[in-house]
Amino acid sequence: MGASPFSVQAIRDQFPALRQQVYGKQLIYFDNGATSQKPQVVLDTLKQYYALENANIHRGVHYLSQQATTAYEQARRTIQSYIRAKSPDEIIFTKGTTDAINLVAYSFGELLKAGDEILITAMEHHSNIVPWQLLCERKGCVLKVVPISKKGELDLVAFEELLSEKTKLFALTHISNTLGTINPVQSLIQKAHQVGAKVLLDGAQSIQHLTIDVKALNCDFYAFSGHKVFGPTGIGILYGKEEILEKMPPYQGGGDMIAKVTFERTTYNTLPFKFEAGTPHIAGAIGLGSAIEFLNSLDLEAAAAHELELTKYAQGILDTFEGLHIIGEAKNKTSVVSFTIDNMHPFDLGTLLDKQGIAVRTGHHCTQPLMDFFGIPGTVRASFAFYNTKAEIDTFVAALERSMQILGA
Amino acid sequence: MTIQEKQQDLIDEFSIYEDWMDKYEYIIELGKAVKGLSEAHKTKDKLIEGCQSNVWLACTLQDGKMFFEADADAIITKGIIGMLLQVYNGETPQTILQTEPFFIDAIGLTEHLSPTRANGLLSMVKRIKTEALQSLNP
Ligand SMILES: Cc1ncc(COP(=O)(O)O)c(C=O)c1O
Repeated sequence: MGASPFSVQAIRDQFPALRQQVYGKQLIYFDNGATSQKPQVVLDTLKQYYALENANIHRGVHYLSQQATTAYEQARRTIQSYIRAKSPDEIIFTKGTTDAINLVAYSFGELLKAGDEILITAMEHHSNIVPWQLLCERKGCVLKVVPISKKGELDLVAFEELLSEKTKLFALTHISNTLGTINPVQSLIQKAHQVGAKVLLDGAQSIQHLTIDVKALNCDFYAFSGHKVFGPTGIGILYGKEEILEKMPPYQGGGDMIAKVTFERTTYNTLPFKFEAGTPHIAGAIGLGSAIEFLNSLDLEAAAAHELELTKYAQGILDTFEGLHIIGEAKNKTSVVSFTIDNMHPFDLGTLLDKQGIAVRTGHHCTQPLMDFFGIPGTVRASFAFYNTKAEIDTFVAALERSMQILGA
Repeated sequence: MTIQEKQQDLIDEFSIYEDWMDKYEYIIELGKAVKGLSEAHKTKDKLIEGCQSNVWLACTLQDGKMFFEADADAIITKGIIGMLLQVYNGETPQTILQTEPFFIDAIGLTEHLSPTRANGLLSMVKRIKTEALQSLNP
């Protein structure tokens, strides 16, 4: 399918959620970092699946089961080719990013021993902190944290100092959900590999904004959530290099992940099924496949350029506000503008924006250690997708001014 | 005035506002009027941590009636606290235990007492009731 020229309006027309009013105001959806809206084609795919194609997969001889299995495996291939993985066996369906990271923390973690080090960064989402803390408790591994600057960029000198032969895994976010920082993952991965560490990229915020080529990046794991990339909730992906996944023990036991079960001994299924115990989220997987096909129909380079332009435009205006502080001023950032305003609580700003039809996120964004680093309880975060417009930003800015007036008066 | 009349009063006060922003401007005004607690009184035992905002609640019993003082870091939360205190202050523990803050729903502020809002208000109402219960069974 060839990509059509980039038109925000043509894209918006495909998202029913964007057409609605809230509190009598046209909805402006700037909470894409939390989850994205769904295009009609994904909604149709889900409906069609449950209406006509519903069956369990990998186990039926009958027509519907064959159809469902084919569709499920086709979705896997669509995703494989989208992130340029070598083989569909490297694409594991999970519940989402959190589930994917927990899978690695448990299963790859089984290969680690006391004293081995896990390296993360100061800008991680709780989902990329807590699973490693649990692993450290279980196995006696040690968690190390790469610090960041006040601009919200990784301290690369400290990174190299923290990296050693003891580092077995470096788990970091590709794009920060709170700051928008795009981390220089290519060179970080190279350096980590030089000491023999594996690298997990938390792609929850990058899959929907950047072109991902896991082979070129040479990351060992890449995790993302379907719901942040225009697909359904409850489905996500763990990409892992085949040779590493082969060595990892299963994460959960049950149906589908086995080759043969006896009470004495069970042998496991091959990849990727070894990591997909039980009936998976079939509809979700097929829905995610359809979301990825939708992306394939767009001019993604133009979409990314549009998102960057929105980010710069919003940041440029907000920067001129007295008493407003942008949190996250990395040179290389996209799609997120987080800020605080002197003497105004993010919750109050968020509530007043909401009443004017504008959806933003307020709070710590599941990055409490990062908030502690900045010495703030939380931020207001506007996060964009390619269906957002400059006109929406103008409306948002006016609504923010009105909110500040009310709160400051 | 009975506790029900106090609630009805609040509902009436809000009935003149049709626009959401006007309602919230009024809530913010109420919030600014709440005396709050001095920093010294914002101790850990009074803190009700919410995911979005924090609330502090202090309580005293005088002649069989309960008096609350409270504070919040967000002004909208503080405004709603002001209304809750207006309703519950000076009432007996029995009355407090029997009274749900129905004015919240009636004014259209239900979201602020929903568990997902996590602004500390729902926990605050629970704490008010717990304090009332404890004062009956010391
Ligand atoms: C950077 C990052 N990592 C992980 C997650 C967790 O994603 P999920 O809740 O879909 O598992 C998120 C989502 O909020 C995120 O932004």
